[in-house]
Amino acid sequence: MEVPILKQGSYLIATFQAALTDEDLLKLQDALVMQVGKYRSRGVIIDVTALDVMDSFAARTLRSLAYMVRLRGADTVIVGIQPEVAFAMVQLGLTLESVRIALDLEEGLAIMDQRTKTGKGLALVDQRAKRGVLREK
Amino acid sequence: MRNEPQESLISKLAKAPISVNGEIRIPISSDADIVIARQQGRAMAEQLGFSASDMTIIATAISEVARNIINFARRGEMIMSPFQRSPRRGILVVARDQGPGIPDIHLAMQDGYSTGKGLGMGLPGCRRLMDEFEIQSDVGKGTTVVMKKWSPEYDTGP
Repeated sequence: MEVPILKQGSYLIATFQAALTDEDLLKLQDALVMQVGKYRSRGVIIDVTALDVMDSFAARTLRSLAYMVRLRGADTVIVGIQPEVAFAMVQLGLTLESVRIALDLEEGLAIMDQRTKTGKGLALVDQRAKRGVLREK
Repeated sequence: MRNEPQESLISKLAKAPISVNGEIRIPISSDADIVIARQQGRAMAEQLGFSASDMTIIATAISEVARNIINFARRGEMIMSPFQRSPRRGILVVARDQGPGIPDIHLAMQDGYSTGKGLGMGLPGCRRLMDEFEIQSDVGKGTTVVMKKWSPEYDTGP
């Protein structure tokens, strides 16, 4: 089951399904790294609310994904890690230290807004991106 | 945590296989099978009265050992079954393959040791997640991992 990627303004939002195979995760990684350039996105939000299990492969893929997105000039926030998933991750010994994390989609969007509107230059780029979006529509 | 059971789980299994009632066997040969195995394991854990947290823990451990099969042996099988030692019950998870085997199990069980395919967290992590954990591996013959999680609920019987 492929992960749908929603384009919202200058952000990309990827919403995980419960059952993701390793292949789905790698496809998502490739798609996001491509689309960040295609849509000139400032941020990527990955919503894992529905994810059943965060195992070592998923954690490693998310870490690489966040780093690749950073190399493309955008930020990544992971949102929606459920309490029991967090519990299992800690026991397993997984860390996502280098990745920005927020409670839910709303918090994730707030963080993105903060991060992408700090500098004047960034805000300008953001406005341009928004105009681009309007033209596309 | 009961990480070191008095009698070896693997030798117990060899002597008298635990009740096969409700046993599920899943051949593992692709990454989609990993997802099937962990979903089936979660469903069985739910039937056995495990909490949501324990269900996720069991599914995570299954995911890790099933992925080890794919990464190192290419194919193998997962066997999951309920077990009962009155008045408590639990879930037994066995991962078995005829792959190359692990030359140094002590090394493989160390946190952070990795062959480069993972984070080096799989096996030691599973030992922390489950109540009982045992691994046996013979180079050239394959690897068997046996894990148990006890349900917090006492079985009150039908």
